[in-house]
Amino acid sequence: MMLRGGLRDGTAEDVVQDVMLAVWHKAGQFDPHRADAAGWIYGIARNRRIDMARRRPLAQPDEMPELESLEPDADQIIALQQEARHLAEALARLAPEQVEALRAAYFDDVPHSRISEMTGLPLGTIKSRIRLGLERLRHELKKIAP
Amino acid sequence: MTAIRHHIPDDMLDAYRAGTLPHAFGVVVAAHLSLCDQCRARHEAADMIGGAFLLGAEGANLRADARDRMMAALDAPAPKPPPRASGPFPSAVMHELGGRPPHWRMMGGGIRQQILTTDREGSLRLLYIPPGKAVPEHGHSGQELTLVLQGSFSDSAGAFHRGDVEVAHDEIDHQPVAGPGEPCICLAATDAPLRFRALIPRLLQPIFRI
Ligand SMILES: [Zn+2]
Ligand SMILES: [Zn+2]
Repeated sequence: MMLRGGLRDGTAEDVVQDVMLAVWHKAGQFDPHRADAAGWIYGIARNRRIDMARRRPLAQPDEMPELESLEPDADQIIALQQEARHLAEALARLAPEQVEALRAAYFDDVPHSRISEMTGLPLGTIKSRIRLGLERLRHELKKIAP
Repeated sequence: MTAIRHHIPDDMLDAYRAGTLPHAFGVVVAAHLSLCDQCRARHEAADMIGGAFLLGAEGANLRADARDRMMAALDAPAPKPPPRASGPFPSAVMHELGGRPPHWRMMGGGIRQQILTTDREGSLRLLYIPPGKAVPEHGHSGQELTLVLQGSFSDSAGAFHRGDVEVAHDEIDHQPVAGPGEPCICLAATDAPLRFRALIPRLLQPIFRI
């Protein structure tokens, strides 16, 4: 996402440092009951990339209330980690063109219309490919859901 | 509290996530995400998929001094946290309000408004409509995205309660009427009225090679 985004040489370090700093400052907000670490970091990186490119920072949703009174729920944390691992495994089982469409949409955050321009495929094909890929992922995930 | 029934369209959430949505609309999306578990889940599930790709991505080689510079940067103070949600206003709205309560301007008929931001891409305002009062019928020169923060309103497209968003396009002429009970407070983003705004960048492209 960050490094494939056409950044000039030397800026990659700045970007990595910037994201690591943001993760460092927000680490206290990470809630393993609600998010897997990779997805959480991805969200921070996505926002930092946007803010570096924009004049005004992207408006952010409210931070979720902290569940201070609750003991860490190991089952819930493990379940979420499992879900993240199975998601990664399910990704590995998708057809290559489905992976490419998903990667462009979710990893590079390219709007679907741009993917269509880039690949020369009609927008409908791209959308159905992404949908198919996501459906298969969801199907894989259901197998592990309680 | 009634369940939220009117959500952010897919394309708009995509654009928000990609950072391509005009600021005024981004604030409305962020405010909706603060109130709507369903869209929040869509948003975070997309980050989770992004995270799965992140784990599979090959690492980049960093310069040798990157680590030292990083450790030095850690000593810098943390950025200021965003203002907290207050009353009916989510954090993103409080940010636009500068952390203070709204400073309403009377519009006649008991209707009040405060313009929060306006730039060449669009404008964002808060509207206050007393129960049973109607906003004068109006059309749109572009797109309008309205989020209910308190009370309710209804128009030809249906009834909208706290957390609901209405997307209105060019052709629609509508007359929202506030429901009974609490005054209706809405957050509304509109495109800039410049119909040729899409044309200018296209004309300048070959000249400036952008
Ligand atoms: Zn929603
Ligand atoms: Zn309107």
